[in-house]
Amino acid sequence: MAFSHDTIERRTGLLIALVILVVSIGGLVEIVPLFFQKNLIEPVAGLKPYEPLRLVGRDVYIREGCNNCHSQMIRPFRAETERYGPYSVAGEFVYDRPFLWGSKRTGPDLARVGGRYSDDWHRLHLANPRDVVPESNMPPYAFLDRPIGGPDVAARMRALKLVGHPYSDEEINGASATLEGKTEMDALIAYLQGLGAQIKASGG
Amino acid sequence: MNQLLSPGWAWYVAILTVVSLLGCLWVLRANSIKKDPGADAKLHGHNEWDGLREYDNPLPRWWSNLFYLTVFFSFGYLLLYPGLVVFPGLLNWTTESLYKDEVKQAKAEFDPIFDAYAKQDVKTVAADKGAVQIGARLFQTYCVQCHGTDMRGSKGFPNLVDGDWLYAGTPEGIEETILNGRNGVMPPFGEALKADQIQDVAQYVLSLSGRAGSADAAKRGEATFKETCAACHGADGRGNQALGAPNLTDNIWLYGGSLATIVETITKGRQGQMPAHKDLIGPARVHVLAAYVYAQAQEHGGPSAKP
Repeated sequence: MAFSHDTIERRTGLLIALVILVVSIGGLVEIVPLFFQKNLIEPVAGLKPYEPLRLVGRDVYIREGCNNCHSQMIRPFRAETERYGPYSVAGEFVYDRPFLWGSKRTGPDLARVGGRYSDDWHRLHLANPRDVVPESNMPPYAFLDRPIGGPDVAARMRALKLVGHPYSDEEINGASATLEGKTEMDALIAYLQGLGAQIKASGG
Repeated sequence: MNQLLSPGWAWYVAILTVVSLLGCLWVLRANSIKKDPGADAKLHGHNEWDGLREYDNPLPRWWSNLFYLTVFFSFGYLLLYPGLVVFPGLLNWTTESLYKDEVKQAKAEFDPIFDAYAKQDVKTVAADKGAVQIGARLFQTYCVQCHGTDMRGSKGFPNLVDGDWLYAGTPEGIEETILNGRNGVMPPFGEALKADQIQDVAQYVLSLSGRAGSADAAKRGEATFKETCAACHGADGRGNQALGAPNLTDNIWLYGGSLATIVETITKGRQGQMPAHKDLIGPARVHVLAAYVYAQAQEHGGPSAKP
């Protein structure tokens, strides 16, 4: 065999090309095929892009850093599905940009909190968590009881449409009107009440 | 597991994986060639640095043998586990099957217990010490967020051990409530009634539970109550468990019994919601949970089903 590292080390161009080849194989094998895997790129049955109020609620959720303490991914372990409901699947997060899976649970996982409590419960709990859960160490968010501010939600929906969220033009144009009279608290609760609602039946 | 859009991708993964592993072997082999014994080791053509020169020696044996080991380990791994995609592996292992096995094991262990309880009626289960212990754990997991660890609820969330029931406090009624949830709606009367009418009705409601207020106002409110409120709360104000309309005569209040709170309730209405738990935890567990709640209510709350 005429092969020798001497040959490669003397030709910098060849060395660079071979290094790139070797380094890229892992990604080519493990990452690229994921873009062509059905259960990773198609939404689960019944999943729709966020309606304006929930979209705003999601932004509030991110702004207040809820994802720092609450994960949104139930792992496929019985201990988790018993407590939270069926484990999360990739198709549920197709319209999440960015996804909020997280890995740190100071508070409970919220991936399937939708429908678990009443709106009233969320309102009381967000205003002062200790009113309903005396042991809670979650900060109060009573100040969210204020009108929705920030940039126009229609602009955000247009941006999401660019990356493939199927919003219709009517939905985008009528978006701001649906937010009239709503508070940030309303938006956040609407977002929470929709979380994980597509897959209901318990796996356990 | 394999939900690739085209089978070509599976082969793409398999071939790239095998070829790169074989490539590793080839590189190792090519660099492990022994030099002729006795011959001087060849020098690299590199420049000399501070008197240091590099000889073109084979790789150290211990190092290349470790590398060989990792390659053979990889082939073993691909034989047992589904790394190649086109071949599921001899162990037929997936994360999904791992989860299913775990659930199956738990079902085999716990289902007989719950099945045995499911065959008994709630009252019998409530008398079973083991069932009550299980029910307590279930309650601590799924119910305390609203009803509290002491089962005494809080504003807007019913106390379960005060002997007062919005809906039927019978064993069957409790089970039905947990299974399918409840929506308790008090409609707002802020538009239908005038402000002073609401004040009068509130005074009358105070008097129903025997509390002092303005007797004149209560008298005026009585007429309005009979007209507007009696449909749900009953002519005598004792409520209606079929509708979840609370008894107003017992001085037990879900949202508060101060005059101001009663006025607020009448003006703005209330929306009480107990979420359904059938899908979340399944009927067998709800059965045990209902038994636990019933047992606790019996123990702490006196008579369960009020007329």
